[in-house]
Amino acid sequence: MSLVARHLEANGIPTVVIATARDIVERCGVSRLVHVDFPLGNPCGVPFDQEMQSSVMDIALTMLEITEKPGSTEVAPFTWPAGEDWKKTIFTEEQPFLEGKAYDHWMEAKKRYKDRKAEKVTSED
Amino acid sequence: MSEHVKYIDRTRDYYLSQGYAKPYEWAHFDDIPFARPAKPLSESRVTIISTSDVAIKQPEGNKGGGINEHLVGNAYSLPTDTPIDQLFSKQEHYDKYATNLDDVNTYFPVTRLQEKVEQGRIGSMAPRCHGVYTAYSQKKTIEVDAPEILRRCREDEVDIAILTPV
Repeated sequence: MSLVARHLEANGIPTVVIATARDIVERCGVSRLVHVDFPLGNPCGVPFDQEMQSSVMDIALTMLEITEKPGSTEVAPFTWPAGEDWKKTIFTEEQPFLEGKAYDHWMEAKKRYKDRKAEKVTSED
Repeated sequence: MSEHVKYIDRTRDYYLSQGYAKPYEWAHFDDIPFARPAKPLSESRVTIISTSDVAIKQPEGNKGGGINEHLVGNAYSLPTDTPIDQLFSKQEHYDKYATNLDDVNTYFPVTRLQEKVEQGRIGSMAPRCHGVYTAYSQKKTIEVDAPEILRRCREDEVDIAILTPV
């Protein structure tokens, strides 16, 4: 996603990324990031909390107006209502990130990518 | 608020423990391109781009058609005025232990932005919003998906893009 933001920026379209995985977006480098410190899946606020979601949009829109330098991060002032325990358990053996069908789909996608890469190498020979 | 999760470290350790020897190399650049809004937000046209695999519900039995007709690389589009109750996410890469994807606006904030249009905070929504399926090939994202999204944004005369990775 960050790669798309960068391409738009390079071609004159201002962007703001709203994300939970702050380190991944910052490593890539985008002009403006709103970091919402929530579990993967809910970057724009708690499900069905319209007021919070509206505030997240306000932070993003204000960033577009005031950001002076690329690589800026604004942290949304919200905490996950059920507490912070999810931070300890994500990507641990107790809570496998992908299981069952989701895991199979991921392996299939990975294989397709590998196959395409192999095909390409062969055709370039 | 405790410190945010370091996903790069966490996933590296996790996949090492699962027997994958080679860690994923996350994209990294030293320079960051930067564009400034050319006009006030109240006159700007806004679109959403998301990796949430947002999709339009199809009548049962309809396997073809729909948004995939417009798929180029991993980029696709959907009409911004699609009723929100017709949208859902097929995304499997989220923290299913902590949350859910039942509220579209938590990853594809189309209703919240339409409200900002009504309030006059932004000028309008573009006729289309966009999705990019998560890919392993950064090269493909850079060479195919990103230029395709740019082309569609230009076609729709988009001024501002809001991106929501999931």
